[in-house]
This record gives sequence, C-alpha cells and structure tokens, in this order.
Amino acid sequence: MNALTFTLRHAPEQRLDLSLLTPATLAALSQREIERLSIGTTRLPVVVGDMFRLRGSEAGRIRFAGGHERLDMVGHGLAAGEIVVEGDVGQQAGRLMAGGRLVVAGNAGPLLGSGLKAGRIEVKGHAGDRAGGPLAGEMAGMRGGSIQVRGNAGDRAGDRMRRGLLVIEGDAGDYAGSRMIAGTVIIGGQAGAYPGYLMRRGTIILGREPLQLSPSFVDTGEAAPVFLRLLWRSLEQDGFAVAGLEGSTRRLAGDTAMLGRGEMLLPRKAHTVHDTKDVSSAPMAPPQGIGPKPRKKG
Amino acid sequence: MRKLSLNGVAIDDTYAEAFGMRATAIVITAPNLKWARQAAVTMTGYATSVIGCGCEAGIDGTLRRSETPDGRPGVRVLLFAVSTAELQKQLEGRVGQCVLTCPGTACYAGIDGEETLKLGANLRYFGDGWQISKRFSGRHYWRVPVMDGEFVVEATTGLTKAAVGGGNLLFLASGWDQAMAAAQAAVDAIATVRGAILPFPGGIVRSGSKVGSRYKSMVASTNDAYCPTLRGITISALEPEVGSVTEIVIDGLEDACVREAMRVGLHAAASLGPVRGASRITAGNYGGKLGKFLYPLKELLA
Repeated sequence: MNALTFTLRHAPEQRLDLSLLTPATLAALSQREIERLSIGTTRLPVVVGDMFRLRGSEAGRIRFAGGHERLDMVGHGLAAGEIVVEGDVGQQAGRLMAGGRLVVAGNAGPLLGSGLKAGRIEVKGHAGDRAGGPLAGEMAGMRGGSIQVRGNAGDRAGDRMRRGLLVIEGDAGDYAGSRMIAGTVIIGGQAGAYPGYLMRRGTIILGREPLQLSPSFVDTGEAAPVFLRLLWRSLEQDGFAVAGLEGSTRRLAGDTAMLGRGEMLLPRKAHTVHDTKDVSSAPMAPPQGIGPKPRKKG
Repeated sequence: MRKLSLNGVAIDDTYAEAFGMRATAIVITAPNLKWARQAAVTMTGYATSVIGCGCEAGIDGTLRRSETPDGRPGVRVLLFAVSTAELQKQLEGRVGQCVLTCPGTACYAGIDGEETLKLGANLRYFGDGWQISKRFSGRHYWRVPVMDGEFVVEATTGLTKAAVGGGNLLFLASGWDQAMAAAQAAVDAIATVRGAILPFPGGIVRSGSKVGSRYKSMVASTNDAYCPTLRGITISALEPEVGSVTEIVIDGLEDACVREAMRVGLHAAASLGPVRGASRITAGNYGGKLGKFLYPLKELLA
C-alpha cells in the first residue's frame, strides 16, 4: 500500500487547522469522507478536497507533498504512525503528540512539539519560538519524547519543559530552556542570551559559550559526568548529530534565582568571545534557600 | 548403579537436583576494571547460600567497553534468592552499601524482564534532594551526587522467575590437592558460561550439607556420608581410596545455563584423569522429590 498523500494544490488563503489529519482519525474514513473534512479557520469554509489532492490509502503513513507556513497543527496528538511533510509547517506542529514520528523537511513555526508527550519530531529546517513549550496558561511544556531541529530555533526553546529531549543542532535564540522543570536541552550552535532563565531542574548542554550568561548561575567546576556517556550513546543510537559536543564539561548550576537544581554544561575551554560575565571568578556568598528544604529532626 | 566413565574417571549414574529461584542481574562499570571488579567482589561477599546469607551471588563475567551501557569496563553480577521480596531486599542493600560506596562505579540493569526490581529507585534518596532523574532511549537513570563525582544508577533492573539454583558436582579424589585440582578445572571452565555463577568461595564448597540435623536448631548439617574422616563410623558413600571431596554449586539464570555449566565443568574436571584429579564424580540430590530440575550426569557426558 502507498502512503496516504496530500498534495497541496495551491498556497492557502487562510490558516488551516490540520489537527484532524492523523492516522487515528483517517484510518476509519474513506477518501471521499476525508476530502469533506473541514480544515478552515475563518468564516470562509475550507475542506480537505479544496486544498489537497489525495492519493494512496495507508493511513498509518501520511505524506504532505508540499508544505506552507499556514499549515497549522500538523500531527496534533499523533499517537502512532508517521507523518512526513515535504515543506514548511505553521504553528504547533506535533502538539501533544503521544507517539509515532513527525518529519518536517522544511521549517516549522512557533510552538513546534508543544506539550509533546512521547514520540519523535524531526525538523530539517529551522523552528520558531517556544519549540516544545506550553501554550499560554499551561503549566508544562514538553513532557517526554524528543524533538530534533537540524537548523536554528527561536527564543525560549524548551520553555517549561518537564521531561524529554530537545536537540537544536544549529543556533538558538534567547532564553533557551527558560523555566525548565526538568529534561534535557542540547544546543549545538550558538545560544542567545540567558539560557536556563529561571530553570528549576534539568540539563542544558551548550556547544558554545552563550551570548550572555545569566549571573544567577554558579560555576561548579569541571567534571566528566558518567551520565553524558549514556546520553551520547543514546543520541548516537537514535541518529542525532552531536559531533563536537562531547567536551561539554564545565558545569554551571542554576538558576539560583529559582530552585537552583538545574545544570548547564559548557565546553571545557570556555573561550569568551562575547561580553560574558565570568561567574566563576566573582566571589559569591553561598546561595541561601537553594535546594531541598531541610527536614525536621526528631 | 550402572558404571559410567569419562577419561578414566568414574561417573555415577545419578543426577543433580536443583530448585527454581528468583534472580536478577546487574552491570557495574568503573573507569577501570579494577574498581568495577572491586565493587562486584564486595557486593557478592557473604552471598554463598540462601540458608544463611539471604541470597546467592557471584560475578558472571567481565564486560568489554562495547558491552556496557556507558562504554566503560564492567562486570556482570547475578543474584539469586528464594523470593522476590528477599531478592529485592538483598539487591538494594548490597548495591547501596557496596556499589554506591565504591569509587568510580555506576550500576545498570543486567537483564531485561517483564517484572522489575528496584535498583536505584530508592537509592536515589541518598542524594538528599540533589539527585537528578534522566531518561534516555526509554531507560531511566538516577544521578546521585557523591564525593568523587556522581553515582549513576539505573532505576530498575529485570527479574527472572526462570532461574535455577543448586546444580552441583562432587569431586571424589585421593587427596586434597587432587580434589581441588578437579574442582578448580571445573570452576575455570564454568567461568566462560554466560548466565551461571558459582556462589561459594572461589566457586568451591567443602562443606556439602544434608537436610536436617540431630540438633533441633539446625536445618542443615554436614554431609557425613561424604566426610572421609567418618568412613567406617557412619554410612559412608566413599570408597577406601577417597581421601578428600570437593563440591561446586551452580546457580543459573535459566535451566539451560545450569545444564551447560555442569556439562563443561564435568568435562573439564574429568579431563585431568583419575590420578591428577578426581577418581570419581557424582552429584547431590534429595531423591528427586524436592527439586523441579534434575540434571542426570549421563546426559552430560556426550
């Protein structure tokens, strides 16, 4: 059987909500029923048949031939199977995915993989702001699974991330890993200002010194933690490109403005290109009220 | 009893009787083999018999860098107990006291199982709130800050209910040196069998036991039928030429591991011949009514 293929007829006139076009929904529908699904987001009605030419029948494998930045919510809630987009996608691609695999050959808009629970997202181009992050009002961003961005990511990548793996092979904007609850963010290229802003727990691994380091991170010295060996091996197995990052062994703890139990790993020889505050040489009183509350005795 | 022999060594036409057990395996790694092995030796100390130690444990073998989860040298340790609860207790106690404390080590699951035992899931609390949870490729690890860096421990390991404990061989020889040579040959050969351990000191036990005792408080006592100094006084199983007897006890993750270990052990010991090694090889059983697994020696001769 052939992958169920949606060939984009022309650039959409309005933003499209493609959250219905997942294997779980389409498996039970005939081609005609699929063509009648409403995907519009304005008063002007739009159905699948208006925008896409359908071919193939295997609903477990969905292919979008041609993409556009107005294609929103692609792979929303995907639980199993594969969705491949041969082009760009709009916002919230792979939001609340619980399994399976989403591949975007082009760029992704903001909130890529928002609230991801499980499964894997790969974007071959760039990603917008708040990759893996929560929608406004949500307590947590991604809570499992993995997102791989081969290009760059916008601001606040991994915002409020709770669990899982976010790998940005290129550069990242400001506040990468902001408000992280836990999980792992890896940025192979250049991170912008204040990575780990207000993070509680979790790990941020940077291939380079960030543009601006938050002063509320504390240098805990050089280390070669064993868990990195597990991480690199796992990344290699899962096909992530991490070459050159293995030397990330200078460890900062933070954000001490919050719980302070997160960590940021930087290359051993921190070559200060930018005006970065060197927190290691600044005398600093032991942070107060950081970490677990002391247990009552007796 | 029919007469069997291998390389001039008399083999009794009898069988070893073994029991079903609960078992688990873990992998201990370290920056070098010395410290991985040290942790394993320490945690498998005082683990010879479930009669008095709670569990039986031993080193299954060393692992190359490519065979361990973190790419460091390591060893695989097997633990056997009579119940899941006891196995859990022994595992956590021994890893907590002997591996967590050992410099440089990390500890991972050494077996997959549908059912699991907690490995680091409770040990993490040693971190006093500073412990870090990490999940990579579907596996869950805990990072516990310790004074030499970090102790990485996998949250759980597998449990098998197909394990077998109590496979055994008895080596009857003219003297102590010959009985030991036969046992040592078997120990060395069994070291290559994956999934089988010999829990006694150096793999060898000299105090084979029988069930029961004349004393009420003892559940097991010396196997007087095989004690050379009691020949003539008790109902002895030893012929006049036998001056010393050694035994090896084998625990395996499954029936096939024990069978293979007994096979290679029997052949290795017999290869010494009746003069340098054992003149006779037999096995211990309880009449076949107690254990679920029987290993007839004649089936191992081929």
